[in-house]
Amino acid sequence: MPKDIEPERGIGASSKRREDVRFLTGTGRYTDDINLRRQTHVFFLRSDVAHGRLTGVDTSAAEDMPGVLKIFTGADFAEIGGMPCGWQITDKHGQPMQEPKHPVLAHEKVRHVGEPIAAVVAETLAQARDAAEAIVVDIDELPAVVNMKDAVKEGAPKVHDDLTSNLCYDWGFVEENKAAVNKAFEEAAHVTTLELVNNRLVANPMEPRVAIGDYNRADGEHTLYTTSQNPHVIRLLMGAFVLGIPEHKLRVVAPDVGGGFGTKIFHYQEEAFCTFAAKAVGRPVKWTSSRSEAFMSDAHGRDHVTKIELALDADNNFTALRTDTYANMGAYLSTFAPSVPTWLHGTLMAGNYKTPLIYVNVKAVFTNTVPVDAYRGAGRPEATYQLERLIDKAAHELKVDPIKLRRQNFVTEFPYATPVAVEYDTGDYNATMDKLEEIADHAGFEARRKESEAKGKLRGFGVNCYIEACGIAPSNLVGQLGARAGLYESATVRVNATGGLVVMTGSHSHGQGHETSFAQVVADMIGIDENMVEIVHGDTSKVPMGMGTYGSRSLAVGGSAMVRATEKVIAKAKKIASHLLEASEGDIELKDGAFSVAGTDKSVAWGDVTLAAYVPHNYPLEEIEPGLEETAFYDPSNFTYPAGAYACEVELDPETGHVSIERFTAADDFGNVVNPMIVTGQVHGGLAQGIGQALLENCAYDEDGQLLSASYMDYAMPRASDLPFYDVDHSCQTPCTHNPLGVKGCGEAGAIGSPPAVVNAVLDAMRSGGKDVGHIDMPVSPARVWEAMNG
Amino acid sequence: MYDFEIERPGSVADAVKALGQEEAQALSGGQTLIPTLKARLAMPSVLVSLAGIDEMKGVEMRDGALWIGGGTTHATVMREAADAYPGLASLAARIGDPAVRNRGTIGGSLANNDPSACYPAAVLASGATVQTDRREIAADDYFDGMFATALEEGEIVTGVRFPIPQAAHYEKFIQPASRFPLVAAFVARFEGGVRVAITGASNDGVFRWSEAEAALNDRFAAGALDGLTLDGGDMISDLHGSGAYRAHLCGVMTRRAVQAIG
Ligand SMILES: Cc1cc2nc3c(=O)[nH]c(=O)nc-3n(C[C@H](O)[C@H](O)[C@H](O)COP(=O)(O)OP(=O)(O)OC[C@H]3O[C@@H](n4cnc5c(N)ncnc54)[C@H](O)[C@@H]3O)c2cc1C
Repeated sequence: MPKDIEPERGIGASSKRREDVRFLTGTGRYTDDINLRRQTHVFFLRSDVAHGRLTGVDTSAAEDMPGVLKIFTGADFAEIGGMPCGWQITDKHGQPMQEPKHPVLAHEKVRHVGEPIAAVVAETLAQARDAAEAIVVDIDELPAVVNMKDAVKEGAPKVHDDLTSNLCYDWGFVEENKAAVNKAFEEAAHVTTLELVNNRLVANPMEPRVAIGDYNRADGEHTLYTTSQNPHVIRLLMGAFVLGIPEHKLRVVAPDVGGGFGTKIFHYQEEAFCTFAAKAVGRPVKWTSSRSEAFMSDAHGRDHVTKIELALDADNNFTALRTDTYANMGAYLSTFAPSVPTWLHGTLMAGNYKTPLIYVNVKAVFTNTVPVDAYRGAGRPEATYQLERLIDKAAHELKVDPIKLRRQNFVTEFPYATPVAVEYDTGDYNATMDKLEEIADHAGFEARRKESEAKGKLRGFGVNCYIEACGIAPSNLVGQLGARAGLYESATVRVNATGGLVVMTGSHSHGQGHETSFAQVVADMIGIDENMVEIVHGDTSKVPMGMGTYGSRSLAVGGSAMVRATEKVIAKAKKIASHLLEASEGDIELKDGAFSVAGTDKSVAWGDVTLAAYVPHNYPLEEIEPGLEETAFYDPSNFTYPAGAYACEVELDPETGHVSIERFTAADDFGNVVNPMIVTGQVHGGLAQGIGQALLENCAYDEDGQLLSASYMDYAMPRASDLPFYDVDHSCQTPCTHNPLGVKGCGEAGAIGSPPAVVNAVLDAMRSGGKDVGHIDMPVSPARVWEAMNG
Repeated sequence: MYDFEIERPGSVADAVKALGQEEAQALSGGQTLIPTLKARLAMPSVLVSLAGIDEMKGVEMRDGALWIGGGTTHATVMREAADAYPGLASLAARIGDPAVRNRGTIGGSLANNDPSACYPAAVLASGATVQTDRREIAADDYFDGMFATALEEGEIVTGVRFPIPQAAHYEKFIQPASRFPLVAAFVARFEGGVRVAITGASNDGVFRWSEAEAALNDRFAAGALDGLTLDGGDMISDLHGSGAYRAHLCGVMTRRAVQAIG
């Protein structure tokens, strides 16, 4: 939205992010900033081999080391539930997935480099670390399985001895469509096939994970301070499934969190350990992940290997799509891992196109690597990448313009039921593509290409579309799909006597700016200043049971809960106002923070009504209770479907293979926009991560399961100088039809929508240099480009 | 980190004495050593900080050559060598980030001799002399393979004397993660001839590319390098590129350095 037509406040205003004041002045309060009285420190001794039988963990020498309070091993947790998995997939034969036990500390076997074997609790971290070196661990090394296709071969070493194989599940979607899809391929005029890898990533939030367990002997209450995107989910999973602590005796606090990107959704062993150990040791236990530990203990992202095929008729209409994906689960099932390659991926395979027949096969595989789970976009980037690379390849094979081929196959009528179980409520894919072509100056590309060529460089232009399912998720639907949780959101709106509001939400904020945009929504509804609204999140003792932040759901689901609760507050406040104004309730209007009687000049200020609610001297006590506080739980009726079109322009140095991104344009449809500045920022961050995946980031293992990219010396994070100034637009708005704000979600779009555009642009540049390689895998590093150009 | 003592001598002589202790190790900018200690990969009992030794700091012309104290930071070289030896100053300006440049030192870089470090290329291509507390070592005799040098136990790099070429250029192609050189070439053109040093590429660390030097001595032009190749079999091969790719980049970086000199 152009600045000059933005409102100054409320919904649609680019209010400055209020939380940034504390973040930028060093007054944020992160978990590691918390230090409890008599706190102890834990150091985890982690496996340095990928696969082996643990034949002995001798802690006797270590126990006598200075400062050591207690040392724990897998045996201490043998009686305790393992780490739970929150989603059960049913395979194509109707059988549940194979679900291995996931111990808090390795027991009997180690299954990936970085798996904790023992935990030393000591007075200081250095003492804990010293003692850990004195623990004697005997491991009979076993051959590691790293490559997914090898892992599912007959006779491959098994990651879990008690499972039948390394195959977690073999999922077919929609199994009933398979025969029709195959038939369409037989009848196709053209079939395009592509094999590709969606590279494994490490999320690398700026703040590493931290956990502090505390136990109060006086009242039997446990408290866990943790870097989480969803403290209630941790409370439920850890309390009910791991440690057996009832929720009323367990408080989980996630204060300021320095970025999550999905990797802080999951319940981790270190959280359960610190909570457990605090009681066992009788003192608080703190763990702060080092960056090196983060590389081998934070859930990784992506890691799919896919073969995808597109069938087209003689007029270039898409007639069918077929995919065959291997999805790496790592050594154990992380909390939501099974849902990522299935319901967050298969359901998106229609993309923006009206392909009538789709069949998706996903084999989820255990390997001796760090568990893989949701990372910004989660399944949807993998779907988008396959589809949008494939369509580009088809366009080149058919010698048609890639944009034209896309437009020809766009879904144009809404609602649209895809053949992969979802129904798009609204959208206008031609509008975002028009916008994209305009702001990316597609028409001027050839001139820019000539300028690059004059410098000895190749220039390429690549586009892609994307669609995502956000606003996760309708509980009844995900329940049928195997989710072991509901995915509603909650909000309590507490109005204080003097008119200020405190909104307690389950939508945790860890960089998204919720404290600003949520306040805008509530303030707008009442017509008061945003500064009168405080947003509280991240503490299970303050906030009603909420499900947290992921899947671009916060405004669509959490914001909707807030709207509902605020509506209830307003309804009650109107009743009070009608009493104060001696008018009938139906005549009361709320505008600009004052209640008035329609058609008169009688009015009463918001603050007078809120005061009356708490000082009920002149108050209709027989009709309504005092106080002004309401709670709402909002469960969405559908996903939301943000969509858009992205363009990338690269310059490629054919001598070195170096690719630089010269322009990147994003035209998104996020439905209504509450704070355009924050939305732009979210897209910027997503693009950095998407471009990072496309050009730089690569989590690599060797064949023995050793992590090769285990630090920033080898894992390339995008830096400012790797990225261009983006052109970001979200003026195309088709509001969501089923939530009260008409919003769709914007947090993941950038990461979902950008990798294919980058790779398409690189291939375009290579073609202009006379080299048509068909495909190149991410990250498109200089070495890979050079090898492709010279191979 | 393991426990260690720290000493802060004020002179080279005192530093040498301190380094005579059992398991003592020099500490300069700490940009390599501190991460090593934090990862518990080294266990010195005494760290001898060279940071307070004034006689090891500075950038100045001495007898027609540019002298740089072994304890001089990259940031100081970047600023103070800019007039006398711009090619060298530009190399210093591209090491790491500001935090690294404000702490890391030329002496530390040369003592460490990382196969991907920048300074070794400049020292070798300039035909510089490494000065220590006990002797002077010609660049050609100083570098001894990956992380290995002619330095003896406890020997301190106190300074480096750089002859100043007529023109020089450092062409650096970065490894995308660490931003150390994946391959970099330093070409220095002296009245007496051209010297070319390559870093980042070889399993044996920094080296002079003698065929390129000979070709450029015949004719100082990028085209003179056409057809010259290096054997990728001797080159580092890792996540970021094969030996063949690095061998190829040696040619590209050298040609570009020559072009930049003009
Ligand atoms: C993020 C990052 C990026 C970097 N990028 C680059 C880059 O692009 N190019 C590059 O070349 N380097 C790079 N470096 C390395 C940097 O230049 C280091 O500063 C340098 O390699 C070591 O110098 P130091 O003074 O920090 O030495 P220290 O870390 O203090 O010491 C290193 C070693 O040298 C010994 N030592 C130190 N000083 C002396 C001396 N005067 N005499 C004898 N022995 C001594 C020490 O005992 C130790 O063994 C980077 C480092 C970091 C952290």
